[in-house]
Amino acid sequence: MSSSEKSPSVGLAPFTAILRREFAGYFRTPLAYVFLAVFNAFAVSLAFFVGGLYESGIASLDRFFLYHPWLWAFLAPAAGARLWAEERRQGTIELLLTWPVTVWQAALGKFLAAWAFLACALLMTLPIAFTVGWLGKPDWGVIASGYIGSLLCAGACLGIAAIASALTRSQVIAFVTGFLACFILVLVGYGVFDELLAGLLGSGSIDEIRRLGLWRNLEPFTLGLIDIRPISYFVSVALAGLGLSTIIVERR
Amino acid sequence: MPLIEAKNLCKSYGAIRAVHDVSFSVDRGEVVGFLGPNGAGKSTTMKMLTGHLRADAGSAVIAGFDVAENSVRAKQHLGYSPEGAPAYGEMTVREFLRFAADLRGLSDPAESVRQTLELCRLKEVAAQTIDTLSKGYRMRVGFAQAVLHDPEVLILDEPTDGLDPNQKFEVRRILKEMAARKAVIVSTHILEEVGELCTRVVVIAKGEVRCDESRDKFLARGPDLNAVFRQLTA
Repeated sequence: MSSSEKSPSVGLAPFTAILRREFAGYFRTPLAYVFLAVFNAFAVSLAFFVGGLYESGIASLDRFFLYHPWLWAFLAPAAGARLWAEERRQGTIELLLTWPVTVWQAALGKFLAAWAFLACALLMTLPIAFTVGWLGKPDWGVIASGYIGSLLCAGACLGIAAIASALTRSQVIAFVTGFLACFILVLVGYGVFDELLAGLLGSGSIDEIRRLGLWRNLEPFTLGLIDIRPISYFVSVALAGLGLSTIIVERR
Repeated sequence: MPLIEAKNLCKSYGAIRAVHDVSFSVDRGEVVGFLGPNGAGKSTTMKMLTGHLRADAGSAVIAGFDVAENSVRAKQHLGYSPEGAPAYGEMTVREFLRFAADLRGLSDPAESVRQTLELCRLKEVAAQTIDTLSKGYRMRVGFAQAVLHDPEVLILDEPTDGLDPNQKFEVRRILKEMAARKAVIVSTHILEEVGELCTRVVVIAKGEVRCDESRDKFLARGPDLNAVFRQLTA
């Protein structure tokens, strides 16, 4: 070893550096603020104007969370499109892969940064909870579990978005494919495929299929139920997305 | 022990044989000019040496660490500037170098960045986003991230491509300054650089090593280097 070598250390340094860069990266462009504004505008107006949150006269946020699978299906791929596609487009993936960091560390840092960004968007909707609290007497525990469920749902959609982003150098293609995949998971929960699926697989399996939908897994949270099954669903989709995107990046 | 070792490296893209059985090694203090026509397999070889591409067969060793098996250790000893010097365009020069320093876990990242900005004469653009820089500065940023941690092994893919004569002179000056302590590979198709910069020459064509010899021996092949090059790579 030469004495000039500036003693590089291993450990968490690459991971935290990537996490910080990626998170700050969202705020480097005006896009982040557009994103946060759009998310909030849609989240709130869907709850009030489509869900009839005010007219219902019930101090609960279940009509607010009802639309979150739709929101995340659209906005998680928007936030996740840049994860790998942008590295490929700029050619910086070649730097990243020749710096002393494992693809796993890089993928995890990127994923957590994007998830934290989505968490910011979600936190900015807290005024709607306070509004409900001001108008009536909501069960705060139920509201908290709704937020936890929504955040997990965002993580699952982001996992799918990460795969889409790892497959292409175009953020637009990454967004569209990510959105389509998430969109299918939204629709599955609503039973619009029931007839089709019944024809293909027999009517007995419909309920099993529906369990794969985003809403079916978010619903218990909005009722205040924190159950292991929906948690493991969201976490496994997120982890599968993270793992697959890592393998795709490594293989190329 | 050589600091860079390519052992029987092979790589194919589908039916196209990009690199076939390429072997050479580079010791400390050597600057190897890696020459070859476009598409000869220069970049592919460098990508395998730096761990960006997995070799189909053969192995690459950096500072004693196998790039495939012990990749993080190998990469700690490596500075690499890919062709075209890619960088995160939305970051400023200082932010970008600081990120690279943090990622590498350098003991005093701020000081390393300061020294590197000075060494590469980037101080006056340190606060500019990389997207707004001219090509010359961008190339220097790519070079800067490669030397930031003062690595033992430096691999530069066309570091002087697109630079004006003054800038080329600058890059060569910096390289010569640090060459004694490092093993350096510089790919280029500017033959004049061989005489000015390199201590050894490796010529590659159609994915195979055509010549691996000292600079003096290479220069003695003939008065017209372009003719020598054409003959070797035919």
